[in-house]
Amino acid sequence: MSDITRYTISIYSENNVGLLNRISAIFLKRHIDILSFSTSQSEIQDVFRFVIVVDMTEVSVRKIVQQIEKQVDVIKAFFHTDEETIFQESALYKVKSSSLFEERQIQNIIKESHANIVTVSPVFFVIEKTGFRHETEKLRKDLAPYGLLQFVRSGRISVSKAPMGISEILNNFNNQNKE
Amino acid sequence: MKNKKGLQITGAEAVIRCLLEEGVDLVYGYPGGAIMPIYDEIYKFSDQLYHVLTRHEQGATHAAQGYARTSGRVGVAMATSGPGATNLVTGIADAQIDSTPMVCITGQVASHLLGSDAFQETDIIGISTPVTKWNYQITKASEIPEIMAKAFYIARSGRPGPVLIDITKDAQFELFDFNYKKCSGVRSYQPVPPLQMDQVKQAADAINKAKKPMIIWGQGVILGEAENEFKAFVEKSGIPAAWTILGLSALPTNHPLNVGMVGMHGNYGPNLLTNECDVLIAVGMRFDDRVTGNLSTYAKQAKVIHLEIDPAEISKNVFADYPILGNCKQSLKALISSVNKGVFSDWIALFETHKKTEFDKVIKNDIYPTKEGLTMGEAIASINKYTGGDAVIVTDVGQHQMIACRYAEFIQSKSNVTSGGLGTMGFALPAAIGAKMGAEHRQVVAIIGDGGYQMTIQELGTIFQTKVAVKIVVLNNDYLGMVRQWQQLFFDKRYASTEMTNPDFVTIAKGYQIDAQRVTKREELDQAVKTMIESDKPYFLEVCVEKEDNVFPMIPTGASVSDIRLE
Ligand SMILES: Cc1ncc(C[n+]2csc(CCOP(=O)(O)OP(=O)(O)O)c2C)c(N)n1
Ligand SMILES: [Mg+2]
Repeated sequence: MSDITRYTISIYSENNVGLLNRISAIFLKRHIDILSFSTSQSEIQDVFRFVIVVDMTEVSVRKIVQQIEKQVDVIKAFFHTDEETIFQESALYKVKSSSLFEERQIQNIIKESHANIVTVSPVFFVIEKTGFRHETEKLRKDLAPYGLLQFVRSGRISVSKAPMGISEILNNFNNQNKE
Repeated sequence: MKNKKGLQITGAEAVIRCLLEEGVDLVYGYPGGAIMPIYDEIYKFSDQLYHVLTRHEQGATHAAQGYARTSGRVGVAMATSGPGATNLVTGIADAQIDSTPMVCITGQVASHLLGSDAFQETDIIGISTPVTKWNYQITKASEIPEIMAKAFYIARSGRPGPVLIDITKDAQFELFDFNYKKCSGVRSYQPVPPLQMDQVKQAADAINKAKKPMIIWGQGVILGEAENEFKAFVEKSGIPAAWTILGLSALPTNHPLNVGMVGMHGNYGPNLLTNECDVLIAVGMRFDDRVTGNLSTYAKQAKVIHLEIDPAEISKNVFADYPILGNCKQSLKALISSVNKGVFSDWIALFETHKKTEFDKVIKNDIYPTKEGLTMGEAIASINKYTGGDAVIVTDVGQHQMIACRYAEFIQSKSNVTSGGLGTMGFALPAAIGAKMGAEHRQVVAIIGDGGYQMTIQELGTIFQTKVAVKIVVLNNDYLGMVRQWQQLFFDKRYASTEMTNPDFVTIAKGYQIDAQRVTKREELDQAVKTMIESDKPYFLEVCVEKEDNVFPMIPTGASVSDIRLE
């Protein structure tokens, strides 16, 4: 059978709280691990977008996407390989302020990682880094010796290289309903 | 008084007006605290809306299902919050897996109490999510018209299914301006994928080249009201056609190209020949595991054409070489004009040969037994004799279900009501009530096991109260027969908890003033069935059958359809 591949599933939906439950149930029922999950407003008003990352075979991901798309409140669902998308994750790092002044090396780490300093207080400072997993991970490892007070990473956000055509789907619907 | 602008009504009254707007004149349900405002309106509207008080909320859902299956309309069930709502779940799950259009309305605690573990608060939206096509909680009366319209539209359109609407008590009391507009579309939802003619052309080419084609049809033909198109397609193409248990009755039993049932207890020929056909045409069916057995050895030699309304079913279990998405009424119409007239005499002769084998090894003993005890098969044959195949047959789950579906004869569609995908014991008695109300002019015969009967036996009370003239046949083997059969075959006859000491069923029926009779001897059977069928009132017939008979043929779980056993 086909190989396990990392897929990004993108879902456009009506803004409906109950849908979250429905979508996660589709994965739960089949014992599929969700590697990352994020939701946000999409480019269209009142249309939500889910981005879900999974490791699956192509045959299985296709079936999952069909099950997702079958949900009444889902407008359209897609799956893409990493090569077909532009994707990023964001991470925040909270570090003791004393180390910023006492350890000169830490300033080099921040500079080389192209991270941004978000805030500095007398007690702590916060760095933000957006990029690929290995980049945010490297920064985490590099900062660890200096006393990382908190670390958090967001789910993957991603846009596809190919168009998704959601506006067309919605326009078609509106036109049909005018007829 | 419909759609009167500026007329303030309560949410509860709005619910009833929505039902009336949707053409609903019959609902099944059970009252309780959180739905009392709606019941108060049911009382006021009793001349337009008939409410049937079932004796358990599960019964309300199965009755609504039975009604939907024979009438082709949306069944409606109602319950209060908490235990009332959770009692609906089995019927909702059954409707979901068997694609039955149903709208369930539940009362809910007042919105300010939501999430506080209030008396009779349960998260029925959360609970019902995996088993509904759609669900929604209403907390404001103003949402009622739009959501109710959407509920009916979603339940009945595309691949039908159950929808649950949960309405908080404060929304039922709230006053608002009622204005109803039927739903004609939901922008995120495409009920019927548009027919693609290139798919039809490719499939037709494959059919026209086939030497040994075979059709398997399912409930899609009935749900799509495509019986005429289906018959025309079968007749023009000359292709032998087999049915899944839910497809039963869409084509008359005696049609020369009807070759019987596929699946675990289906007929010998169609199961075996599934693995010999060169083109398999699946019409409105979903390749359930009870149909396919082991998928890795299922129809591997065949090109598969799949006519299906639900895109998620395409290549879900069996790869479709030629999918045809759409409503099968349209797809079949398109196919008919593209397929050649066909004659497959040699191929059809194979079905005949296998049928003969099955008759000699199984059917003969089932229907014309020489042993002393009564068989389930002869009971069904007797029912055929007196109904002329014109009855609606409602079955429960177990051996009697398989025997009834194997031997009952049908001359018209929408005549088989059974719990297929979920296999819900207790389905038949309440479903028969609904089936009769959905097809009042027809004879409705429920065929039930002694086990399943006792799961919803309280619905005798509903029959007593409504006088609905259903005929109830309990095929009593004093066992949970189907499970006992498996214990015999696969667990060395260790009959763990399958033998039942049963009560006097005739006395129980008589307690509800239902005419009742028990048959233990062959000589009494026909007369008893005749009396039952001729009665214009509800009637109960217990047929005491052989205790340890088995249902054959059988494809053991996980085996290939080619490994079907005759004994
Ligand atoms: C609610 C429910 N519980 C358990 C089962 C498992 N089950 C399937 S068939 C069967 C036996 C049914 O016995 P009976 O109703 O007497 O019918 P018979 O097989 O004897 O004809 C059981 C227990 C089921 N299908 N549904
Ligand atoms: Mg039994």
